[in-house]
Amino acid sequence: MASDDVWILGINMTKFGKHTDKDTVDLASQAAMAALADGGVTMADMGVIAAGCLMGQGGIAQMIQKQIGQTGIPAYNVSNACATGATALRVAYMSIKSGECDFGLAVGVEKLSGVGLLSGGSRKDDGKTWNRAGRYGAVAATDGRIGTDTMPGVFAQVGMEYAHKYGGADFALFAGISEKNHAHSTLNPLAAYQKRFTLDEIMNDMMIAYPNTRAMCSANCDGGAAAVLVSDAKLKTLSLEQQRRAVKISASILTSDPYQEACQVLPDVNTLTRRAAEQAYAKAGIGPEDLDLVELHDCFATAELVHYDNLMLCEPGGAADFFKSGATWRDGSMPVNVSGGLESKGHPIAATGIANVWEVCHHLRNEAGDRQIQGAKVGLAHVIGLGSACGIHILEKSGL
Amino acid sequence: MSFALPRGCLILKTAPVPEQIPFVEYLQLAPTPHLVAHQCTSCGARFFDRRNACASCFGTSFEDASIATEGTVRSFTIVSFAAPGIPVPFVSAIIDCDGTSVRGNLTNVSADPEHVSLGMKVRLTTYTVGADEAGTEAVGFAFEPAA
Repeated sequence: MASDDVWILGINMTKFGKHTDKDTVDLASQAAMAALADGGVTMADMGVIAAGCLMGQGGIAQMIQKQIGQTGIPAYNVSNACATGATALRVAYMSIKSGECDFGLAVGVEKLSGVGLLSGGSRKDDGKTWNRAGRYGAVAATDGRIGTDTMPGVFAQVGMEYAHKYGGADFALFAGISEKNHAHSTLNPLAAYQKRFTLDEIMNDMMIAYPNTRAMCSANCDGGAAAVLVSDAKLKTLSLEQQRRAVKISASILTSDPYQEACQVLPDVNTLTRRAAEQAYAKAGIGPEDLDLVELHDCFATAELVHYDNLMLCEPGGAADFFKSGATWRDGSMPVNVSGGLESKGHPIAATGIANVWEVCHHLRNEAGDRQIQGAKVGLAHVIGLGSACGIHILEKSGL
Repeated sequence: MSFALPRGCLILKTAPVPEQIPFVEYLQLAPTPHLVAHQCTSCGARFFDRRNACASCFGTSFEDASIATEGTVRSFTIVSFAAPGIPVPFVSAIIDCDGTSVRGNLTNVSADPEHVSLGMKVRLTTYTVGADEAGTEAVGFAFEPAA
């Protein structure tokens, strides 16, 4: 008998990097068509499309349809910071879960090559007279004058706050996380960068926002990712091969940040991640000890550390010791970011929340080649969009 | 042509005192510089910006609350890449001011990890951000090491 489970039938990510000859619509269409082909279905089967391109002009879902097939299905354009891809995936998931359709397509795409430093607030002033503007009534831009809005700086503070609270984390430890992810990326042909760096090279690289050097920041690049989802009932009518390669979405969770005292001065990326993890584990009936691999949102090396704790991969407060134990290297007890993570695979923002699911699926399908985590059955994909939104997907290998 | 003033007429030849305004509305310059938050009268949550309702309890009544001017550095970063016009490196910090978290730059301290540390004691200070064409000075706040 069919359950109300939802499965990933087909999934794809483009090579991440610099695509000078393709625009966002090209990259999104390439990923979408490849995901459809991977699932053995066509646009004629799709009952919904959800898509996101954070830096785009809007309407990316319809632009994709015009490139690959206009069938009149509902199209959702989603925007949820770095959780945009995960949100698109979840919209398709909910549409199927609600019974409105049997197949859904989720797409995320971004072109970020050469964009440079991402920051929050900036404004133009004429410099002639002070004018109060914004919700703080500031007479000029506050970024840099009242702390920092730059992403490397904000996430540096996130990591340093953890270091202050629990101790054990310093510049070298944060750099070590980056060393791990860059080492992992050498096995991922789709990563934007596949170069291993020594700890010294990372620590002596250009300082962006202490303790994050350039190598410890996510790589701005171009890329697209897409997934085709299917209902359990419909999957059972498809070929044995399609059923065998299908990956079960055991939990699809999205949270926003609940009020915390300090969240107005430093985004609290912890509470919403911890809540999403608790909900995801409860929903899937799976604990962190059951996970074979985790792709988490290492937008900066300082961020990866706090998420070991938030995702309950380690004892509360024990993230530094957990990393020092070697657990999160690909040959450790809890491999984290075997794709190379955002620091080397790259972070084309809206694509990230689907690309991390693709990575996990690749292992669960035993198709990850040189970087295959042997015998992987269960994995977790996590993203954080500042503002904030947290998406977690727990994925399980088909029993067939 | 010379111009003589009548005897006994005294002219004060000091420069006019420039008008000063706070850089943000939540900085109060008098009587001594301090930060003021909108405090929810129901649950006590404090906000530096204006809110339509309390993010914590949805209450709609707020009162002004003065924030302690001394605190402890709970987190920091040393920013080397910033928006145009911002001198680098500078220290951005999160300061625990007697239970209220405040964000600001650290000043009067070398911007390097040897001189800035987690847990260091700091206090509020002010500085002139700049003046507009009318000569009005915008006064900003930062935190400096306390003792």
